[in-house]
Amino acid sequence: MTTDILIVGVGGQGTLLASRVLGNLAQSLGYDVKLSEVHGMAQRGGSVVTHVRFGDKVFSPVIDESCADIILAFEKLEALRWVGRLKKNGRMFINTQEIAPMPVITGAESYPSDIEERIRALVPDAVFVDALKLAEEAGTAKAVNIVLIGVLARHMDINKNAFLDAIRATVPQKLLDVNLAAFEKGYNVKS
Amino acid sequence: MKKLMLGNEAFARGAYEAGVTVAAAYPGTPSTEITENIAKYPEVYAEWSPNEKVALEVAIGASIGGARALCCMKHVGLNVAADPLFTVSYTGVGGGLVIIVADDPGMHSSQNEQDSRFYARSAHVMMLEPSDSMEAKEFVKTAYDLSEQFDTPVLVRSSTRLSHSQGLVELGERLQRELKPYKKDIGKYVMMPGMARKRHIVVEQRMKDIRAFAETEELNRVEYRDKSIGVITSGVVYNYVREALPEASTLKLGMVYPLPEKLIRDFAREVDKLYVVEELEPFFENQIKAMGVKVIGKEIFSVQGEYSVNLISERISGRKAEVFDSGALPQRPPVMCPGCPHRAVFYTLRKLGITAMGDIGCYTLGALPPLQGIDTCVCMGASIGMAMGMEKARGSANKLVAVIGDSTFLHSGITGLVDMVYNGSRGTVIILDNSTTGMTGHQDHPATGKTLRGDIAPAIDIPALVRSIGVQHVRVVDPFDLKALEQALKEETERDALSVIIAKRPCVLLDKKYTHPAYAINDKCRNCGVCMRLGCPAIAKKDGERRIDATVCTGCGLCPEVCRFGAIEKVGDVK
Repeated sequence: MTTDILIVGVGGQGTLLASRVLGNLAQSLGYDVKLSEVHGMAQRGGSVVTHVRFGDKVFSPVIDESCADIILAFEKLEALRWVGRLKKNGRMFINTQEIAPMPVITGAESYPSDIEERIRALVPDAVFVDALKLAEEAGTAKAVNIVLIGVLARHMDINKNAFLDAIRATVPQKLLDVNLAAFEKGYNVKS
Repeated sequence: MKKLMLGNEAFARGAYEAGVTVAAAYPGTPSTEITENIAKYPEVYAEWSPNEKVALEVAIGASIGGARALCCMKHVGLNVAADPLFTVSYTGVGGGLVIIVADDPGMHSSQNEQDSRFYARSAHVMMLEPSDSMEAKEFVKTAYDLSEQFDTPVLVRSSTRLSHSQGLVELGERLQRELKPYKKDIGKYVMMPGMARKRHIVVEQRMKDIRAFAETEELNRVEYRDKSIGVITSGVVYNYVREALPEASTLKLGMVYPLPEKLIRDFAREVDKLYVVEELEPFFENQIKAMGVKVIGKEIFSVQGEYSVNLISERISGRKAEVFDSGALPQRPPVMCPGCPHRAVFYTLRKLGITAMGDIGCYTLGALPPLQGIDTCVCMGASIGMAMGMEKARGSANKLVAVIGDSTFLHSGITGLVDMVYNGSRGTVIILDNSTTGMTGHQDHPATGKTLRGDIAPAIDIPALVRSIGVQHVRVVDPFDLKALEQALKEETERDALSVIIAKRPCVLLDKKYTHPAYAINDKCRNCGVCMRLGCPAIAKKDGERRIDATVCTGCGLCPEVCRFGAIEKVGDVK
């Protein structure tokens, strides 16, 4: 058995750091772990996805279609784009932030206004959170990733302290306080 | 102790543990982090070379000099380094020589999907292929032993998925190894025809020896489970096979060239139905079929793109996964960053209706809407030669330029420019000098004034270099001075002589201290849409109005320059 978490967002949003927190968490719990990341061209504001898999034995570093237990989405449109990776009865935690892609910026297309409905039709218990607002409250917009880790932590059967230790092991020392505050903001979201 | 490591970090660790003392590379996704990581070990001399050919030559020299040496590159980098590769196969090595080459199935960050296993075959060099981070480290160590045992360079193949996946790695100690004495040996190291003919015989005997060795080598691993299905596979794809067909028997090839013929025949006999599952070309498949062994491969699998667990499961077992449907959505292609200095150049090229032969780098994104400022992209350095060819074919360089980045120019653009000088071009070359190798994640190069390790180095003076080749008309402009840029472009493309424009401004991401000063759109906006032609991610249309997203704007000041109504103004000062 493995636990498969897909993290999706837009290049530059800090998805890589979030996946490394989860990787360190899984390792600290004694699991086999594999992560898959995107570097290079795809980081330039494109759609990015990182895969986190842990369990007794993990072969593939990639989470395939209809295989993710959890999708952690940093942006609403990306949440819908990647929903095909979620298994039936999988869970989704979604930042309500909207980042316009280039076809929307140029006016060739418009940003869909019905994303929440479309996701809820497929995943009725999807959780939507304004993580950007919470991150700003914690002290920096850049901590959206750790706010979302906090949201996720509340819904996972893993001790909260293990999450905190994983954040301490991953985040640079000088940014630790603001990130721990961001984690609490996310963790305290009731849904 | 186990550590979670990126495949590329594990490759570097393997080289470190194998006692490597010299490493050279040119950055290229997905291989870049191997060299960045090996540079962290103080015991290893590591450099960014100007290109892959030079990098391999540095590694060959180090090897002949008695050291264990490493050279890393992406798949297309091996094309550049192919010249030395084919002949170092003849000379063999002094200290162990390993070349790690990373393929990019699915083209996450490349211009083609070539399969570098064919290089192993044509250069008569053995190739290993690990399947995860742990093997990445171990296979590199093995590669050094085999390199010295068989007196051959060894290729190690990676892929984007392996290089950019993390897995747990058990760390080992570094081998304490004496530098081998250098021994002059012209019969081995001077490849003139008389010597090379003799060395070719050695190479063929070596391949026979390695073939025999491959039969017993534990890198090639047979795992019998249910024998109704057997799969021959390698690399990261092995992991997909294990999940898609957990009961199937597998022959996992750790040495992907040369193949162990007897092992394959034995495995084929033991299983009822034999498949070969390999991304990209039918490299194993054609060789196995040539052995007369019946195997199913590309009849049911594609030569394009990455494979996956579901794909293998569907093609072999016929199981199709039920998948949530996202419905129609706007795509999100990669874009030039807000504040990118290249944007101004492409905006102006488009405005002036200039044809631009493009090159490889962040600026290749300038081909996409709305900028659409680049007409071609083939390979590193191609822009200049191609502009020359277009000029000669059409009889004029009017409204024609080559566009190339600083790192790419130093990689392989200089020789193209020499051709232009030598053969009388009247064209214009634009060097986009952002003081870094941008797309691969900001590596230094010979004109940045810093080495891979961050030490101060002499910086190549690009304008002086260009003049010294013989270009008479050389101009340096700041791309954010839009008027001066447009004037330079007009004058130089109209000039009946060869010219070089250097558009110089550092990559916006290099300035780590920048804080957002931000511009905003005021009520003078007439909704004309000119600012949208910049393709800046910070400017978007929302609820019918154009807005600048203050969290994304870097305050570069380009959009107020294109606005004719003075509708874009600074809000607050640059902090």
